[in-house]
Amino acid sequence: MVVRTRVNGEWREAEVWPGSSLLSLLRDGFGLYGAKNACEQGECGSCSVWLDGALVCSCLVLAGQAQEREVRTVEGLRDGTQLHNVQQAFVDAGAVQCGFCTPGFVVAVADLLEKDRNPSSVTIREALSGNLCRCTGYQKIVDAVNLAATRLQART
Amino acid sequence: MDVLLPRSLDEALAMKAQRPEAMPIAGGTDLMVEVNFGRLRPPAFIDVSRVPELSVVQQENGHIFLGAGVTYAAVVVGLTVCRPLVQASRSVGSPQIRNRGTVGGNLGTGSPAGDALPVLAAYDADVVLRSQARGERSMPWNAFITGPKKTAIAPDELILGARWRRMRGPGSFSKIGTRNAMVIAVAGLCLQVDEDSRRVKIALGSVGPTIIRAREAEDQVSEAMESAGVWQDRTKRPDDAVIEEFAGRVAAAARPLDDVRGTAAYRRHACQVLARRALSWALDERALPSWL
Repeated sequence: MVVRTRVNGEWREAEVWPGSSLLSLLRDGFGLYGAKNACEQGECGSCSVWLDGALVCSCLVLAGQAQEREVRTVEGLRDGTQLHNVQQAFVDAGAVQCGFCTPGFVVAVADLLEKDRNPSSVTIREALSGNLCRCTGYQKIVDAVNLAATRLQART
Repeated sequence: MDVLLPRSLDEALAMKAQRPEAMPIAGGTDLMVEVNFGRLRPPAFIDVSRVPELSVVQQENGHIFLGAGVTYAAVVVGLTVCRPLVQASRSVGSPQIRNRGTVGGNLGTGSPAGDALPVLAAYDADVVLRSQARGERSMPWNAFITGPKKTAIAPDELILGARWRRMRGPGSFSKIGTRNAMVIAVAGLCLQVDEDSRRVKIALGSVGPTIIRAREAEDQVSEAMESAGVWQDRTKRPDDAVIEEFAGRVAAAARPLDDVRGTAAYRRHACQVLARRALSWALDERALPSWL
């Protein structure tokens, strides 16, 4: 089937097997490799994207369910050559080791900070409970969230 | 495989009548796992996630109707009058999963580990179904769920939602698992006090082939509260021995198995601990001044 969806502001379409996930549409159909294919069961959060503004695991969305809908991915966060605040904070805090889980975390953190500009440590842990990292032990990721939140608050 | 994309309930019911073998999909948090792992290949999916009639929450005449397509995230922010359901919803998966998973999905899958199901059972909820040919019908939750992952839904029907009488009284949902997030319950329990019928209702998840109501325990504690005058006077408590007997009867009602998530003995023990805690919380809360 042909799925037409608005990805990062641009209408695109691709032919997919009807049982494909949104993740597979993004990666194989549109060549957007930021969302990662890991567990394929919603456990790891590596494939996190926004569907109509809601943070979801794209591996659990049937591609057809994204028909005529709005998808935002990690590729849409950067403004030209300027990294998104959350991306810059991950770099500065050293919150990246192998990097595989990073796009999913960046998307989940950006989602959190869009709703709560000053999250408590408990809120941060709960907001990131759907994203797994097997390298960092999470502390530097939490540091990155706090750094991004501090910079966000300083801007306004 | 076909993917059908109805935009209204009438359209969805017409599609289901024409293609009874088509499988409804909403959040996909159960079904897509099966598809991704090659274990599920239905001839067609019907995407019910954009059927507006399924996303409604209605409160009328002391009853609540919860549409099958309401996500757990929406329950958490929108149904605060049903605290046990909010607690159960917040324990589901992760933010990503709660943004997609629906109460209707828990019903349709009919797994004893569905976190919303012990709550619906303790509420004595009815499941509302609809088909194009025969219209709407509803049945009690325990008539709808007929076995592990088996339900009484007809091939041409869709789940509209669940309806229950809003109960006056404290209640809670609690769950045992290996971590606080992304966990399938080893044991889940919902306790709801119904001040009007003077009954404590308790339902168990993940400790048997289906959701279990511990009715002997309910009889015992409800009657003990009657004879001790606890129903009339909220500041009174039944004896600790009554609470212990209740916890023991709840554990005895469980029908657990050993599996990868836990042993039968651990699950039974968990039911006893959760039942004791849930009843104690409810009694503490009843004793609070009503202005709190």
